[in-house]
Amino acid sequence: MSKVRVLVGTRKGAFILTSDGEREQWEISGPHFAGWELYHLKGSPADPNRIYASQTSGWFGQIIQRSDDGGKTWHQPGTPPGEKPAPGPPKAASNKFVYDASAETGKPLTTHQWYDGTQHPWEFKRVWHLEPSLTDPDTVYAGVEDAALFKSTDGGENWHELPGLRGHGTGPKWQPGAGGMCLHTIILDPSDPKRMYIAISAAGAFRSDDGGNSWKPINKGLYSQYIPNPTAEIGHCVHHIAMNPSRPGVLFMQKHWHVMRSDDAGEQWSKISGNLPTDFGFVIDVHSHEPETVYVVPIKSDGEHYVMEAKLRVYRSRTGGNEWEALTKGLPQKDCYVNVLRDAMAVDKLDKCGVYFGTTGGQVYCSADAGDSWNAIVRDLPAVLSVEVQTLA
Amino acid sequence: MIRVIIPPHLRTLAHVSGDVALEVPAPITQRSVLDALEARYPMLRGAIRDHVTLQRRPFLRFFACEQDLTHDSPDTPLPDAVASGKEPYIVLGAIAGG
Repeated sequence: MSKVRVLVGTRKGAFILTSDGEREQWEISGPHFAGWELYHLKGSPADPNRIYASQTSGWFGQIIQRSDDGGKTWHQPGTPPGEKPAPGPPKAASNKFVYDASAETGKPLTTHQWYDGTQHPWEFKRVWHLEPSLTDPDTVYAGVEDAALFKSTDGGENWHELPGLRGHGTGPKWQPGAGGMCLHTIILDPSDPKRMYIAISAAGAFRSDDGGNSWKPINKGLYSQYIPNPTAEIGHCVHHIAMNPSRPGVLFMQKHWHVMRSDDAGEQWSKISGNLPTDFGFVIDVHSHEPETVYVVPIKSDGEHYVMEAKLRVYRSRTGGNEWEALTKGLPQKDCYVNVLRDAMAVDKLDKCGVYFGTTGGQVYCSADAGDSWNAIVRDLPAVLSVEVQTLA
Repeated sequence: MIRVIIPPHLRTLAHVSGDVALEVPAPITQRSVLDALEARYPMLRGAIRDHVTLQRRPFLRFFACEQDLTHDSPDTPLPDAVASGKEPYIVLGAIAGG
């Protein structure tokens, strides 16, 4: 029977929730890496036992963790699991994220726009998102703050920047959102191994058609009132992008304000907010089997990061946008003031698509019927930063 | 042997449970102690000092013998009590958040 494994990153550690295909009874393990911020965990599509985790701290910096047994045990890549470290120089540098400014392969380390419009030096802070290769368990991409894209081809032991993105030339116009200047979304195209999409707050979305060497801004159709030119090529605060793998040219975006879609790999975007009560939000995801079924969680405003009217409502469109229905069964409909952060929603691949999301109040909700009804798997975790799900045979 | 006390989260990373004892070649300075610490526990590289610049991470401080050494030159000799192992060299996290 199929199983699901939900990987939850929180402000104070990681948790792993497992269930069978019924998704009614859950086992919960954790906290892993107790006390640390776990911005993201994600399993390899090519080897579900291989899971990467971003463990981070304002005090101690960035740590990469890896599991080769489905989350039972973890180690820093390059440090053998279960062994005490050997004396001598490290064989790997799994937490070494150094921008490539070399003359041979890199791009000069420039400045980016600071909150007040002045220029500010690029500084590595943390890994926001880990995206394992669709085909190779040892290859994984990392989206980092300050925004850049890194890649490892040895299971996370060593990282090198793909500097064509940071060095795109528009870097001085990029600026941090409230959470920092983060590269938070990485989407790999299953139909074209050279095509990938990324998104940065607040620079916008970019596409590469050559495996990450060169990048093109894909922000036409976006309108952002908080930048001097609301339709500028660069500067949009894209919060998240989602894609159904069966239709890799169709993208759905939750921007700071506005829910958008593109039917041509990001060349042009159109607004699909339709009848949403507010189109501010962070998460967006697409049904595993119905590529026109989209989920968002509207948030009151950029000044009030909690759900509207104290009601936690997922909105679902079965028409690819514009027409949205509120999904409330099993979700709190009074006195609720949580947020759902950008990487905190996921869908499984079971016949009846499961939808999962975590809140800043520490709840992780599951719907085993594509959103019609919801149950809390857990209610009292630390604030949830990310949710991913693995569908296991 | 030089005694080093590191914060609990770094003990977890290094798989140690208490003070760390290190052989450190002379001169005994903050730089030589941290070099020896990172050589013995490579997973701490980057967690105390930046990988490239070797600058102290902003929210960490260094104490010894009831003195704050955080802003001293990394090449200043440490107090004799640290060099002799009588007193520990302390790496700790600044209280910059709840």
